[in-house]
Amino acid sequence: MQQIFNFIFKNSTRLLFLLLLITSLVLTIQSHSYHRSQVVNSANIVTGSVYEQVNEVKTYFSLKEQNDKLAQENARLRKILFNKKDSTSTLEKDSVKGYDKINVIQTKVINNTYNTSENYLTINSGSLQGIKADMGVVNSQGIVGIIEKTSPRYATILSVLNIKSKINAKVKRSNHFGSLTWNAKNAGYVQLTEIPRLASVKKGDTIVTGGRSTIFPENIPIGIIDKIYTDSETNYFTLDVRLFNDMTNLNHVYVITNKESDEINKLEAETKPQQ
Amino acid sequence: MNSALILNLIRFILLLAAQIVIFNNIDLFGYINPYPYILFILLYPVNTNRARLLIASFLLGLTVDLFSNSGGVHAAACLILAYVRPSFFKFSFGLSYEYQTIKINDRLSPERFTFILISILTHHLILFLLELFKFTFILDALLRTIVTTLFTLLVSILIIYLFKPKKK
Repeated sequence: MQQIFNFIFKNSTRLLFLLLLITSLVLTIQSHSYHRSQVVNSANIVTGSVYEQVNEVKTYFSLKEQNDKLAQENARLRKILFNKKDSTSTLEKDSVKGYDKINVIQTKVINNTYNTSENYLTINSGSLQGIKADMGVVNSQGIVGIIEKTSPRYATILSVLNIKSKINAKVKRSNHFGSLTWNAKNAGYVQLTEIPRLASVKKGDTIVTGGRSTIFPENIPIGIIDKIYTDSETNYFTLDVRLFNDMTNLNHVYVITNKESDEINKLEAETKPQQ
Repeated sequence: MNSALILNLIRFILLLAAQIVIFNNIDLFGYINPYPYILFILLYPVNTNRARLLIASFLLGLTVDLFSNSGGVHAAACLILAYVRPSFFKFSFGLSYEYQTIKINDRLSPERFTFILISILTHHLILFLLELFKFTFILDALLRTIVTTLFTLLVSILIIYLFKPKKK
């Protein structure tokens, strides 16, 4: 017993080092391993309020650009509104349920990273505004990512520029489905994998969201095909997709909430065979 | 509360704030950020309690992790740097370093430069290996280590010169 205590006292610094090292490695491995596994994240009141202050200053440098973007979007929406066949009729309701299935929450990005292989964004709305994990995030030009963690007033987004991200997407012209991933090389391009080889795709085709999951509605623009190559391992096409979005410059984004996602997910979980 | 403790506390907070507010937003060429916050570990007094330095470095790294959503990579890198710091002192200043009064934040001598360089290199190598965390990205990690090391070195030396204590 005496010897054990002696050992601990003699090596106290080394033991402390090992203890802290193991803690930090566990945190690292946890954050790398799977979805929504981060313990240390920036969706909390301390980091959120600091980032909000920093963002207050930063947005002044891009005010003009952001205004232009919002004005452009306004113009686009106005065009849709004016082109509607009967502008006196009320909004299209879901015929069975009688309410709008999809709701959109407007929010602001207060922190954005794009220079590592696992990138996250922080926004200044959280569970109080009705944001929950696994909701889709878009902006006026295309998709941004998926909500990862929420706190009462803030939330983090798993960016499409993250090697853990996997989003269902399709080629708009031919309706072939694949999954959208990122190879951590360039912040302007993502990869669409698992497109069958008999699909006729060509450079310049538009890629949109697939609508097979409850996260994103169908036909939200993502980008255009920039390069096509055959995957040597799987014999599927892998497409380099140039994003419509400039992921390095994001400010106003929209969180998409699907009122039926809980119901669909629950039903699917019940249907799946027990493992 | 002695003055050395207060000085270190102020340094801890200021470097952390500068890292989060300024240096994490530089993004040179799209992805290079310097990490001069590790100056806290380098400038920590030489002959002091090692356990205290280890805990302080761990907390420093963990706070940076908290702000950049990176798990525990900064904490691990800072902790290892703090642990091997005495060996780096021996390597760059010779064996009898404990009896000299080493001051890192002074005129740049070859010894000081060596010490700062290998410390930054070690920290960044661990940081990027843990951050990318895949063997396919190993070349990427090495490239980033080299480029970021140069950038951090430059910024760190500038900071040391800017805040050099006045000669009496």
